[in-house]
Amino acid sequence: MEILLQNFDMIMFLTLMVIGYGMGTWAEKRHYRSIEQREKELIKLAVVTAEGSFPDGKVADSTLVSGSVVISIDYFKRLLAILRNIFGGRVKSYESLVDRARREAILRMKEQAKEQGAGMIINMRLETATIGRSANKKKRVGSIEAFAYGTAIVMNKT
Amino acid sequence: MIMTNVNTVPGKKIVEHFGIVQGSTVRAKHVGRDFMASLKNLVGGELKGYTELLQDSRKEAMKRMEEQAALMGANAVVNIRFATSSVAQGAAELFAYGTAVRVE
Repeated sequence: MEILLQNFDMIMFLTLMVIGYGMGTWAEKRHYRSIEQREKELIKLAVVTAEGSFPDGKVADSTLVSGSVVISIDYFKRLLAILRNIFGGRVKSYESLVDRARREAILRMKEQAKEQGAGMIINMRLETATIGRSANKKKRVGSIEAFAYGTAIVMNKT
Repeated sequence: MIMTNVNTVPGKKIVEHFGIVQGSTVRAKHVGRDFMASLKNLVGGELKGYTELLQDSRKEAMKRMEEQAALMGANAVVNIRFATSSVAQGAAELFAYGTAVRVE
């Protein structure tokens, strides 16, 4: 019992790590599954980064659509990334984080466009940001925001 | 008000340019959200509070831009761009700008 109390810090740290690893991995897998499923559903809706030009009378309506998401990394992966800082190289744990964030943002944009009955999205742009310095400094890059926006085009039915 | 982020309004002709319009807002996170976010930081995943906060702020910035365009007598804003910067600890600035035009 005494040893437990003496090493309280260490035990706390290990518990956090295990919780972070378990929950983080589970959440990531679930998120990827939902992303893949929704991407399949929305595959018909084309998204392009080009502007494109349309012949007269083809376009009925055009509006700005956007989607955004803030995602944070788990405790275990943050630790891995800090370790990586020493040796350098590929930080895999962050790669999956930004990948998930961007795909989720694009999906949300597509969902919004679909609600408006749009046929395609042109001139899609992506942006990444961290909110506030505190998210950055105290606990390293804790969370990132991905933001996608574009112009949804509603075609005339001919 | 028609908003697009392409050079023109697809399917319509621009008849008059009014120049740049912009709107911005600075938002801070509140303590409750910050606390929940730090808990969520442990297990990872989406921080819904922050997502909502940023969406609301962007809407506000867009609204301000729209008001400015309406004052000029425009009925559309083209080539909209967004920018984010953190000005102070825990506060973020969201900024939207574009060109005000009048279409047919």
